[in-house]
Amino acid sequence: MDVTEQFPFIQLVNGEGKQLEENPSITVANAKRFYEQMMFSRMFDRKAVNLQRQGRIGTYAPFEGQEGAQIGSALALEDGDWMFPTYRDHAATAAFGHSLVNIFLYWKGCIEGCVPPEGKHIFPPSVPIASQILHATGTAWAEKKKGSDRVSLVYFGDGATSEGDFHEGLNFASVFQIPVVFFNQNNGYAISVPIERQMNTKTIAQKSLAYDMPGVRVDGNDVFAVYSETLKAVERARKGEGPTLIEAVTWRYGAHTTTDEPSKYRDQGESERRRQTDDPISRVEKYLKAEGSWDADWEEELKKKSEKRLQLAVDEMEKTKKSDEGLIFDHVFGTDVWPVQEQKERFFHKESGK
Amino acid sequence: MSIAVNMKKLTMVQAITEALKVVLEEDESVLVLGEDVGRNGGVFRATEGLFELFGDERVMDTPLAESGLIGTSIGLAMNGFTPVVEIQFLGFIYPGFNQLITHATRIRTRTQSRYTVPLTIRVPYGAGVRAPEIHSDSTEALFTHIPGLKVVVPSTPHDAKGLLISSIKDPDPVLFLEPMKMYRTGKGDVPTGSYTIPLGKGYRRRNGEDVSLFAWGAMVKVAEEAAEKAAAKGIECDVIDLRSLYPLDKELIAESVQKTGRAVIIHEAPSSGGVGSEVISIINDTSFLYMRSPIKKVTGYDAPVPLFTLEDDYLPDANKVLRAIEETVRF
Repeated sequence: MDVTEQFPFIQLVNGEGKQLEENPSITVANAKRFYEQMMFSRMFDRKAVNLQRQGRIGTYAPFEGQEGAQIGSALALEDGDWMFPTYRDHAATAAFGHSLVNIFLYWKGCIEGCVPPEGKHIFPPSVPIASQILHATGTAWAEKKKGSDRVSLVYFGDGATSEGDFHEGLNFASVFQIPVVFFNQNNGYAISVPIERQMNTKTIAQKSLAYDMPGVRVDGNDVFAVYSETLKAVERARKGEGPTLIEAVTWRYGAHTTTDEPSKYRDQGESERRRQTDDPISRVEKYLKAEGSWDADWEEELKKKSEKRLQLAVDEMEKTKKSDEGLIFDHVFGTDVWPVQEQKERFFHKESGK
Repeated sequence: MSIAVNMKKLTMVQAITEALKVVLEEDESVLVLGEDVGRNGGVFRATEGLFELFGDERVMDTPLAESGLIGTSIGLAMNGFTPVVEIQFLGFIYPGFNQLITHATRIRTRTQSRYTVPLTIRVPYGAGVRAPEIHSDSTEALFTHIPGLKVVVPSTPHDAKGLLISSIKDPDPVLFLEPMKMYRTGKGDVPTGSYTIPLGKGYRRRNGEDVSLFAWGAMVKVAEEAAEKAAAKGIECDVIDLRSLYPLDKELIAESVQKTGRAVIIHEAPSSGGVGSEVISIINDTSFLYMRSPIKKVTGYDAPVPLFTLEDDYLPDANKVLRAIEETVRF
């Protein structure tokens, strides 16, 4: 059997907003919930890019185009679960309850932006590729050892599947049947390197075979399909049935980061074409219209509400000009260690000019 | 009031097993993980008997993947457990280096102590036991340079147990280097039960007025042998076992050289960029005007550790150290 038949491309609502099959995740209420989060994320992303252009934050990694994959997966988690994002997953972390101010602060170069709200298990964005997969596996392993039903979900891109840590994480999770969801966002490019140069396999989902775990390939721009498949994987993990690999096929419209120029390595016309035919947010709008549940006033209200929420976060972020200098030293160790203490003294009394 | 302490004569490797047994009994959050640490009891038998006592949920053989082992242990440590990882040889730890330098040691800073990593990594290290290639590395300086990591090296069975218990109780990542050559080189008195030795504190192995010798791990014995030879020539050495390479015991280093005015540092690691240079920096900062002669280093060479027919040539020995001692005195 051809491997692409074994890992079919799962779609519940197509690019025209047409529902393709019955599924309990496809409801008008869910559609509105997804739409609200995705719309807000996109506004957040555009705001962040603008702030970078104005020099009000530093280099930023935009995710526009990937909102379906991130929101659909994040909303499948519950309190007490663990989320391990990369540097491109703020739609997911915000939807899971991260502080918007902190997300902005992180990109402004303030370490305090890494701290999630009390009680939320959201790890700081992993900057090296794939290494967070092991942390997600370890924290979920701890949950299993404690006998809880909480799980970890870890994000990573197509390029990450080339790293050893991807394979080591899947292998540990498989050997010890750890409750972790490996959520891959396959956007086709690792900065400039296309997936064909990253792997010779036709899918990422098929890599699950090597670790004898369920693997699914889902339309990452179909938020319903992403939500439904992630929910299944999370439920399986909660029941002690082990890990799952999800490949969500998606596309980033823009650059890898604000320092990157994508037209150097790909035809950006492709992004424009996809925006017209395959946008995750428009798809939900089309679905709601087909259901007769679209309400332009509701959308207008959402946008206003979101703009206000964003502005509040930006205003709050701008109150912090820079991090407190003590943060260089204060959390290196949990105990006093003389070189750090001595250097802190030296900094504050001689070198900082204070 | 005197506290009756029962002593047992143990080798260093037995003392390490004892330490692990004590903490596994004391603290349910402690887990022992690694390759061959379960049924096999570890390649050096450091975990012998623990699997039988504590079972597979606490003494766990894992897949053969150092990054996987350290990376998943970071996750366990952030979520309530206290993992003690065994890496079989220091020369095999490098696949896990990224997890150590990028994650384990930064998580406290990155999250302002919201998440912490109470992780201990035990690793046999060093040359002198006729081991195969890549089994004899002494690259401790790669690790003392990582902010957020403590590096500990015992030289006796007594210290191995107390320092390992302290390392496991420490709230941050600790690299615990076990000098392979000392694993079964004689037995020493080891207290039964639980006791700790503070991290960051060295220990004076021999008291002398003329030259300070600084060493750690298997080189402490070499320093002691050299001190014996020097004494026969009327030179009294102050032998300091540093025990912790990060943080170093600044007070003890300063106190010793301010007494002797001379110093020889002995390490089997390559000379350039070694921890010996950091000891010199501390002497410079604390005791510049006390020094009566240039500080000498007796070290391995800036060359890969040779295969074992040449390892005795590569390693510092008592005669090389004695020559350096005499040079500092004659200066």
